[in-house]
Amino acid sequence: MTPGRTLLIIPAYNEEGAIASVVREVKETLAELPILVIDDCSADSTVDQARMAGASVLQVPYHLGLGGCVQAGYRLAYELGYDQVVRIDGDGQHDPRDIPRLLETLTRTGCEMVIGIRSKESGGLQTHLIRRLGIHFFRLILRPILGRSPGDPTSGFVAVSRRALQVFGRSFPLEYPEIETLVVLQRRRFRFEEVPCRMRRRMAGRSSITALKSVYYVIHVLLGVFINILRFDGRPRRGQA
Amino acid sequence: MERLLDALAILSLALFIIVLRSLRREHIRVEHSVSWLAASVALLALSRSRALLERLSAWLGLHDASEALIAIILVVFLGVFYRYSRIVSGLKDMNITLTQRLAILEHKLQRQHEETQDKS
Repeated sequence: MTPGRTLLIIPAYNEEGAIASVVREVKETLAELPILVIDDCSADSTVDQARMAGASVLQVPYHLGLGGCVQAGYRLAYELGYDQVVRIDGDGQHDPRDIPRLLETLTRTGCEMVIGIRSKESGGLQTHLIRRLGIHFFRLILRPILGRSPGDPTSGFVAVSRRALQVFGRSFPLEYPEIETLVVLQRRRFRFEEVPCRMRRRMAGRSSITALKSVYYVIHVLLGVFINILRFDGRPRRGQA
Repeated sequence: MERLLDALAILSLALFIIVLRSLRREHIRVEHSVSWLAASVALLALSRSRALLERLSAWLGLHDASEALIAIILVVFLGVFYRYSRIVSGLKDMNITLTQRLAILEHKLQRQHEETQDKS
């Protein structure tokens, strides 16, 4: 790992129950890693909890959604000259002990993104049936597009290179970004690798994707994937730098 | 048919007046009122010119002029809605970018402030 050149970002929305523990755990595991919590206009004490635990906080003035929030972090990291960014969730599902393996893979392989995937072999927690079906469905959809079948395209545990930061600063999905991100990378002929990681239960709160929302999720992501395939390369959208 | 044309004329006039009133009260910007004003004028002209409507109906291969009228109304409003969907999407993109820029600049300012305090 290259200290001082890697930024850890944690997008958070109403995560007051978990964010402090997540930040402290990262600091205990990787003391030299700067931590940036991106608060997506939480209504609770997420910002205070994150600051008290020792993180720096980027406060978005109104609720942008996960993609807009993560993109703000990527843009800031790029402007501040970071070479690599690791993103973990603010609910404690990701184990910071896996971060060095993600960064090591990013450096060793020279790829643009490394995804921490849920793995049975690594002793990770297996997810519920509906999510497993969703993951399987999207793996099938992505296989002909990416030329390979990603292990877990819905994982939010990723490490990205500076080149990817530059691309994501211009083009990043606003909602449910994980799957569409892979297609954005593919459009640029960028590579991604996967590293099996431990996945845990969320420390507090509930997933924002309810049963009803999961239908919307599937339609939204499918549309996003196909639009990304059709989108002309190198043409920035209005308002994007 | 005559009643339908009269109703369309009244609705077109109402739309025209509502848009003008909104413009005067600055509820709508001039550039965003043009589509609505153009749509209301087009529908008003159509409702007052039966000959034009019948020619359009024949051109579209419809037997009834009222069917042509409904089809034209649908196309006009679909066009206006599509234009506004594009405008709203563009505004949302710009809004997101501005929001992110604001958050980033605030963060940088705060960092500078903290660094200045640490030095002093």
